[in-house]
Amino acid sequence: MRLLDETIAFTMQTGVGAPVWFGRAADGEELRRFAAAARRADGRMAAIWGSDERQRAGGFRLHCVFGLNQGHAWVSLDLPTDAPLYPDLADIFPAANRMQRATRDMVGIATGGDDQRPWLRHGAWPADWYPLRHDAAASADFPNAPSDYDFVRVGGEGAHEIPVGPIHAGIIEPGHFRFSVIGEKVLRLEQRLGYQHKGVEKLFIGSEIAAGARLVGRISGDSTCAYAWAYASAVEAACGVAPSLRALMLRALMLERERVANHLGDLGALGNDAALAFGFTQFMHLKELWLRLNARLFGHRFMMDRIVPGGVAFDLEAPALAAIIEQCDHIGREAATLRTIYDEHAGLQDRFLTTGAIDADLARELSLSGMGARATGIILDGRAYRQGFTPPQPYRMLGVRPATDDRGDVAARVAVRFNEIFESLRLQREIAVSLPDDELRADLAPVAGGAGLGVIEGWRGEVLVGVQIGDDGKLARVHPHDPSWQAWPALEHAVMQDIVPDFPLINKSFNLSYSGVDL
Amino acid sequence: MRILRTGILTESMPATGAWPQREIERLHDDILRILGRALTIREVDAGSCNGCELEIHALNNPAYNIEGRGIKFVASPRHADMLLVTGPVTKNMENAVRIAYDCTPDPKLVVAVGDCGCTGGLFGESYASCGKVSNVIPVDVTVPGCPPPPLDLLRGILTAIGKQK
Repeated sequence: MRLLDETIAFTMQTGVGAPVWFGRAADGEELRRFAAAARRADGRMAAIWGSDERQRAGGFRLHCVFGLNQGHAWVSLDLPTDAPLYPDLADIFPAANRMQRATRDMVGIATGGDDQRPWLRHGAWPADWYPLRHDAAASADFPNAPSDYDFVRVGGEGAHEIPVGPIHAGIIEPGHFRFSVIGEKVLRLEQRLGYQHKGVEKLFIGSEIAAGARLVGRISGDSTCAYAWAYASAVEAACGVAPSLRALMLRALMLERERVANHLGDLGALGNDAALAFGFTQFMHLKELWLRLNARLFGHRFMMDRIVPGGVAFDLEAPALAAIIEQCDHIGREAATLRTIYDEHAGLQDRFLTTGAIDADLARELSLSGMGARATGIILDGRAYRQGFTPPQPYRMLGVRPATDDRGDVAARVAVRFNEIFESLRLQREIAVSLPDDELRADLAPVAGGAGLGVIEGWRGEVLVGVQIGDDGKLARVHPHDPSWQAWPALEHAVMQDIVPDFPLINKSFNLSYSGVDL
Repeated sequence: MRILRTGILTESMPATGAWPQREIERLHDDILRILGRALTIREVDAGSCNGCELEIHALNNPAYNIEGRGIKFVASPRHADMLLVTGPVTKNMENAVRIAYDCTPDPKLVVAVGDCGCTGGLFGESYASCGKVSNVIPVDVTVPGCPPPPLDLLRGILTAIGKQK
């Protein structure tokens, strides 16, 4: 079939996951035409990565995933071994810039674009050595030479720079922020990430499917359930296995619990960053109660390794479901009270309102997904119905009401988080009362040469995992994609014209993952 | 009103069952007895998946209330008695971790947190990862776990102080 009236022929991925179509572009021009059509249709650049196909009788392969209204289009483009070049897509989708640079650093396939600065490679390995090529040894040890980075300079009288990081002042992941300011006012923020790069993608290559499941749960600890589900979904599509509805509902239960845990923690931290320590104490108390019930029911405070390919690795009995319903009622009441306090607190609202604003046009231009996009008024939630899009099970059955707010500022992101907590609590109660009896885990045998893409609406946004299985039944290539890829540039825009002391607040309102993008 | 109604969570919780409050009190008291003053900690994420950071954050919640007992997370290694390092230490963070260690005044303690910080964990040593924290800077105590729960973190902090004495 065709998508967007373009020439690429697509086939649909089978299975119970989110709707995905596979297609192959004949050449770079066809890929660019498709990208331009996707942009015109308000589509998103969902992910870009590369793979080395030389061992499988090919050259190199570029993979681009576009988020379209009806689902995701995974377009691949074969590139010759001697000249693995493809056309720059960053003029169509600005979000492509960092992904393309990372792809060049990791696989050595490049664009002819203007921005050729390295992204993930700092100096730990040479520029002509590419970690994800099969002839690059994972254990290679090079002299570690810290490198400079060519930040864009802002000139003019009174303009100066504030460098921050890689080690930040709080309990937070490392990254470098370069602020260009006049007085207190931020003129420009430029991020340099990659400090968390620990070779995750290389570790997947040649691993067993089960080992990959453990690894994928540790790409971004705060989204372990979203990653585990996206990976499981991709593997299941590649192997032609469908988990039972009970397993899918238990997965959704965990994903929603992960969403609530993170929103509770961030709402507390947002109060703290605006000097309302009361909010921090209250919300962190609720989050602790929440995590302790996780530990009791799932055996792990963050539910790591509970979602596995084929289904889930635990079960809940009636008393556990009753405890979940009871806790949802309790947390819902407490959060509603705290929301009133936040809403009526003049000092807090003064800090939240109009701070760190982005609008829907910018969010679309940057391919933003998830909570950040919904806080600009865009109704985009992979769990919810929209015109032309049917969400995968169990959300199709549960009927999710997406939370939106069109202000685009910190206050909007706070409002969306509150609304998502209440909706998420409702979904958990719904799951707890309607959980059908069925098998927990389907048998799953690797299918040589299989491929699949998993898409999950995590608490931050859209988590994607692309999986290719090799002829030996082991993982040939896994690419996990965090929504923070698209949201980091949105943060650069959100702080412009605000003052430096507002940065922590704006940053926390997004709370992006470093590990998820550095891999 | 909300604050009054909430009460003091750190003390009002039961000592048994799911709330390990008595254990927290004992650990706090031990830390203070040994130290006799406040302890300052600089947390350094040298390459974690941010799971360990979630649990280190939890130490500041009212159940564990670490700051209420004089143990404080500080912004600069120059103000710190202890580095709490999560990892594996990535190659891209190796230099920053060494600098942070050198900036911490003597006598200093280093606690490596999480399976990755203790052994390299799933990530191990590779072209991109130096592996465990002790491959890069001297480590006094390791706190395994993926991620280690808050009580284990408190125990690790206490063990490190006890060792120094």
